[in-house]
Amino acid sequence: MGRVEIRAISKHFGAVRAVDHVDLATREGEFLVLLGPSGCGKTTLLRMIAGIEEPTSGVLVIDERVVTHLPPRMRNIAMVFQSYALYPHMTVYKNIAFPLRARGVDEEAVRRKVEWAAGMFKIGRLLDRKPRELSGGERQRVALARAMVREPSVFLLDEPLSNLDALLRASAREELRQFQRRAGVTTIYVTHDQVEAMGLGDRIVVMNQGKVRQVGTPLEIYQWPADTFVATFVGSPPMNLLEQEDVLLGFRPETFRPVDAVEGSEGVVTFPFEVTYTEYLGAERLVYGNVGEKSHARHVVSRLPGSLTLPLETGKTYPFAVARRDLRRFHRKSGLAFSGEST
Amino acid sequence: MANIGKIARRGGLYTLLGGFALFGAFPFYWMVIATFKEDHDLFSPLNNPFLFNEPPTLDHLRLLFFETHFVGYLLNTLLVGLAVVVITLATAVPAAYALARWARGWGETLGIGIFLTYLVPPTILFIPLSRFASFFGLQESLWSLILVYPTFTIPFCTWLLMGFFKTIPKDIEEQAMIDGLSRLGAMTKVVLPLGISGILTVVVFSFTLSMHEFIYALTFISVSAKKTVSIGVPTELVRGDVFQWGPLMAGALIASIPVAVVYTFFLDRFVAGFTMGAVK
Amino acid sequence: MTSPSNPTPLANADRGGILDREGALAKLLIAPAVFYIAAMIGAPFVLALLYSLSDATTGDPGLRLIGFQNFRAALADPVFRLALRNTFVFTLLSQTIVIVLSRVLANALLKPFRGKWLVRFLIMLPWTAPISLGTIGWLWMFDSIFSPADWVLRYLGLLGTASSLFGGQTNMYWLGIPGLAISSVILVNVWRILPLATVIQLAGLSSIPKDLIEAAEVDGASPWRRTLMITIPLTLPIVSIAFLFGVVFTFTDLVVVYVLTRGGPVHTTQVLSSWTFFKGIEGGDLAQGAAISLFMFPVLAVVAIFILRMARRTEVV
Repeated sequence: MGRVEIRAISKHFGAVRAVDHVDLATREGEFLVLLGPSGCGKTTLLRMIAGIEEPTSGVLVIDERVVTHLPPRMRNIAMVFQSYALYPHMTVYKNIAFPLRARGVDEEAVRRKVEWAAGMFKIGRLLDRKPRELSGGERQRVALARAMVREPSVFLLDEPLSNLDALLRASAREELRQFQRRAGVTTIYVTHDQVEAMGLGDRIVVMNQGKVRQVGTPLEIYQWPADTFVATFVGSPPMNLLEQEDVLLGFRPETFRPVDAVEGSEGVVTFPFEVTYTEYLGAERLVYGNVGEKSHARHVVSRLPGSLTLPLETGKTYPFAVARRDLRRFHRKSGLAFSGEST
Repeated sequence: MANIGKIARRGGLYTLLGGFALFGAFPFYWMVIATFKEDHDLFSPLNNPFLFNEPPTLDHLRLLFFETHFVGYLLNTLLVGLAVVVITLATAVPAAYALARWARGWGETLGIGIFLTYLVPPTILFIPLSRFASFFGLQESLWSLILVYPTFTIPFCTWLLMGFFKTIPKDIEEQAMIDGLSRLGAMTKVVLPLGISGILTVVVFSFTLSMHEFIYALTFISVSAKKTVSIGVPTELVRGDVFQWGPLMAGALIASIPVAVVYTFFLDRFVAGFTMGAVK
Repeated sequence: MTSPSNPTPLANADRGGILDREGALAKLLIAPAVFYIAAMIGAPFVLALLYSLSDATTGDPGLRLIGFQNFRAALADPVFRLALRNTFVFTLLSQTIVIVLSRVLANALLKPFRGKWLVRFLIMLPWTAPISLGTIGWLWMFDSIFSPADWVLRYLGLLGTASSLFGGQTNMYWLGIPGLAISSVILVNVWRILPLATVIQLAGLSSIPKDLIEAAEVDGASPWRRTLMITIPLTLPIVSIAFLFGVVFTFTDLVVVYVLTRGGPVHTTQVLSSWTFFKGIEGGDLAQGAAISLFMFPVLAVVAIFILRMARRTEVV
């Protein structure tokens, strides 16, 4: 149970292709993250899975059943909106009981399940309150409890952490991950925050302009980006890209270091690096500068551990290098990674 | 010095407001006076009209309630008002919801179109509508009013409710659909309870406007017992040229004040809808 | 990626009923309102057009089209021309006064003071109480014998003796003398619309962001200049809306004239709506009545266009 298959799904709003021919399948019980910049179609895709948006074309299958044109209530999915969409006129208890009552579950069972769900999210003492009396974190828990109370086969989340402050967000992320592991429900999670995506996802789907650019584990996405979009969207600062004839050479800032600090059994490539600006951030140091001849110098960034206290002066040029195994190559025209170099 | 200036400004403000309040309310003040004044006192041009020169009396009220159709007018008004409220709600609520939610683009246009029909005045429509009424055999029947009054309540209330429904986040009803309700169920079980203040505004508005209405009632109804308050009082309590001032004023007062109190509470919302959201 | 398995096909019955289909549901929910408006506003309007081109009467309501004769006849009728002129004069005069007074009143109501709800209730009475009943209060005020206004004038010595300012007669006969009757009708129209315009202006004034005025203050603008450069331009759309709605209501109003003067003395306070009523209903000449009422339409159409423009403009802000 809990398998979602998306086959050639498209959604057009007038001339805009919000989602353009997407194929995707979840594995049972996995935490799948849809990652992309705003307007990339990730939320539209999620809303189509939920059934509140109808695809222009394509087929949607949940648990071996075609659900493309089914209304949401017939899909056995649960969803948590960015705004949490708690019913403002109902108490927390009634909010959580709502999906059960809508399905005609008898009151005794409703009470038992609400208490179970409330216990799971530690909100038992809030049951008599109205949503407006809750803090942001509490609201999020209520929304999660309401989503889980009827044990859906798929769990959809639309940027549920974006309304929390930074401090709360980290702990909420951890809780969410642990809870999902315990419940084992297939989860599709939409975010534009790569830290969330890397931290939460079993697999990440990177989307841009309505298309899927890459599907893979966080490690694959980071280490072997499928194209230059993924390479520059994931990672902060993004992957450095240098033009070399018809090839784009890519390397992560942390692999770009002073020659002496690079170990490379397969050899290294060195570049003269003219430092223009440095930022000391405590645990690490970001060094901005240029590589190459004056006429077509390229801007690159190096990220050095804070422990590396080597003095680097602005305006001077130092020999920097990248190990060969850390170099990635992309076609200059298409931006795609050379085949055989990504998984 | 500053203090004196402040007091003077305060005084000026109170004088100004007092003057306006007097201007707005004094016809109603005369109603109060005339309602309880002895005829003899009322009709002596030399007596101070602002005061009771003889002890107050309840005669006019007795006359109004027991010797005219006034109670009937009130009941007729109530009946027509309630029926119009029901028809308006049944028509405007679904239309407003559908226009606010599902109809992108053309929904807004159709909504404005519906609102504009509110500007077509009864003074243009009452002649053809009087023919409608006689065609359906509804002359001298309250049903003619019940049929016709929604011409001014439906367009306006649809517009007003559109505004209300747009303020309810879409997420909430999408959530309700995911939680197991149908499209229509999400509207009736979640959106309508949240829009209750808008619906209440529409109830008050439809009722008060039905009660205020004059032209159609004047045109369609001439049998005294079938009249509503707004025409019964000014036409029936005047016999030829003889005004029965006491009962007349009493009737006007009694019918005015309750509806005015309720209306005042809803005036701001009413005006907000009225000015097409130009007033936030 | 995992290869797709073979899903069970979807039976039609599983698609959810009409209660789930937005397109169909939308049309179904909108239909009653549209149908009603078409039948009870659209159709009568068309019928009014047809009547105006026919010779229908209450006794013989059949439609025989006779062209524009009714409009020509109306224009040739001196009473109609007077009614047309009066309608414009009453409307424009009363609404100009209303705009000025409502601005003053709205500014006063913005200030905090005790007993605001009561003052507000009293000020709003002319709009919230049924107009036909409120006007009765005025009828007494203007009564030919018992008018309290006359009593005050007599009391102050301005009326009733040979040397008085307003003459030696005991009463002014407010509704019996053309000039006074016209003034009375205009006054009651002002009284009637003032609350509405005030509420609209009040909303407009309180929607001006405070920081904008404070910024102007910091910039050293004088109160007079602040009003001229900020308050007036920002509230102009709202003032226009108040004016336009006031125009619609006054222009088409029958009640004030009907209750106060019935168009008299000798038609001097006749307006289009009252003349429509007396000709079309009391006189039974449906065709003439319809033609007279349609003279209101061009003005209303223009007002509607302005209202739409204003609403658009304020939406942008």
